[in-house]
Amino acid sequence: MDWSPMLISIRTAMTAIVITFFLGTYAAKWIFRLKSQKLKMIIDGILTLPLVLPPTVVGFMLLYTFGVKRPLGKFLVDYFSVRIVFSWTATVIAAVVISFPLMYRSARAAFEQVDMNLIYAGRTLGMSESTIFWRVLMPSALPGVASGGILAFARGLGEFGATAMIAGNIAGKTRTLPLAIYSEVAAGNMEGAYNYVLIIVAISFLIVLLMNYFTSKEKRYQMKR
Amino acid sequence: MGLYVDIQKKLKGFSLNMHLETDGGFLGILGASGCGKSMTLKCIAGIETPDTGQIILNDRVLFDSEKKINLSPQKRRIGYLFQNYALFPNMTVEGNIGVGIRLPKIEKKEKISQMMKLFGLEQLKSRYPHQISGGQQQRVALARILASAPDVLLLDEPFSALDYYLREKLQIQLAEDLKRFHGEVLMVTHNRDEVYRLSEKLTIIKNGSSLIAGATKEIFKKPEYLEAAKITGCKNISRVEAVNKDEVRAIDWGVNLKVNAPIEKDIKYIGIRAHYFTGKADGVNQIAVKFEKVIADPFEMNVVIKNKYSENTQEIWWKVSKSDWKSVYKEQVPNYLYVAPEDIMLLKE
Repeated sequence: MDWSPMLISIRTAMTAIVITFFLGTYAAKWIFRLKSQKLKMIIDGILTLPLVLPPTVVGFMLLYTFGVKRPLGKFLVDYFSVRIVFSWTATVIAAVVISFPLMYRSARAAFEQVDMNLIYAGRTLGMSESTIFWRVLMPSALPGVASGGILAFARGLGEFGATAMIAGNIAGKTRTLPLAIYSEVAAGNMEGAYNYVLIIVAISFLIVLLMNYFTSKEKRYQMKR
Repeated sequence: MGLYVDIQKKLKGFSLNMHLETDGGFLGILGASGCGKSMTLKCIAGIETPDTGQIILNDRVLFDSEKKINLSPQKRRIGYLFQNYALFPNMTVEGNIGVGIRLPKIEKKEKISQMMKLFGLEQLKSRYPHQISGGQQQRVALARILASAPDVLLLDEPFSALDYYLREKLQIQLAEDLKRFHGEVLMVTHNRDEVYRLSEKLTIIKNGSSLIAGATKEIFKKPEYLEAAKITGCKNISRVEAVNKDEVRAIDWGVNLKVNAPIEKDIKYIGIRAHYFTGKADGVNQIAVKFEKVIADPFEMNVVIKNKYSENTQEIWWKVSKSDWKSVYKEQVPNYLYVAPEDIMLLKE
């Protein structure tokens, strides 16, 4: 059995979640602070789009952005000699874009559930906005933010459509677990696909367990208050 | 010196148009729920922004819509005690008290332990808010605010989250604790007992603007307005027509009553507190009793009657202490109730 798809998948998902976690949390914080309801709705719509669009459409858009003949893609090749499409980086970009809305939405929901009086109290006590964010908002929202992170990780691990479009299916380089399963089945090798399926089911189940653990923690915490 | 507030803000359903002035001491703000009293405090603290107006604290302009001044809550130095205390659940008692102290590390530590000592919280030092009682939470919140050395203290329904039996105890304790605070105190509440006990001055609010302001005891004695009489707990209110220069007809009770002259033109109601009736024949005003019901409180009897000689009239409540009820009235409803003219409050709309 070829272990490379598993290694590539884990590496991709791990790298992607670090990026997604910070991007999503900061986007959530930014939207949470916005005062205009209209602007909030529009930006939220844009940020949530990758969740509802078919992954192939997202992949198409990424290809359109990073293609070597497009301005950004050309710029990266000309000045940094970096070609994004069909590279390992592309798998990470696809996973980040696809999993971002889950992280962002979970974090925002978690922030919005925090008692606003805590934030007001912080302000009247003279705490700076960043201190309030890190020492009041974040700890109170942590269970929700963490479960959002886990969900986003799982989504990144299972990413198929956008990855296939922008990163392709190059064995040992961009072939992640979902792509490997597809390739094995396409080649008529059900036995090989079976092993990969088992691995991904096991990991996914573990993730769901972890999430349930976090949500139960959240509930217990609320009950105490 | 003092706090000057004159603000307007459009809200859902009504407009806030608030004018308040204090010159030190304890100001109570009394109003029904949803009349805009919490919103007023939030505007003073800078949590909410008024549409227009001015907020000035000891010659420091906190807000001025014309001069486009709007200080952030961090810069206003205003302490705000929230209804639910808003203690940070992820910090210990010690951590909570420390958040508002802007001092170097060692001095900060000293200040924290000093505050904990003052408020008797040393034992609870490393407990979390959910591990202590509601009364202790209030003391931690108060210690946290006073540690940040504000110029003004705003109390937003400070006792509403507490059990009844704890309330009275903490009212006394709060009054004690606040003796150490030398700034203005504004307390918002819908509870007349709290205001009567704690505040020297009082403002009554109706639909977003202040109805009457003055010394608390004075307003309770002479509320002047129908709404003020109701919120200070007056049980018996009737529409009136002037009959004489010192006599009115109480339409809802079907009886003529002597009152203290003069009766101004805009007097539309009278109010009689339920405690001010007596069954002893010593007043000029008498109402013939048609007995309705008696409701017993722990230490008081509520006797509900109607005017015997008039059809379709409203109930009149008489409150009498249980001891008087037993010894003076022998548990019998008297044939007449009396009330002195000076105990009848003349009320405007």
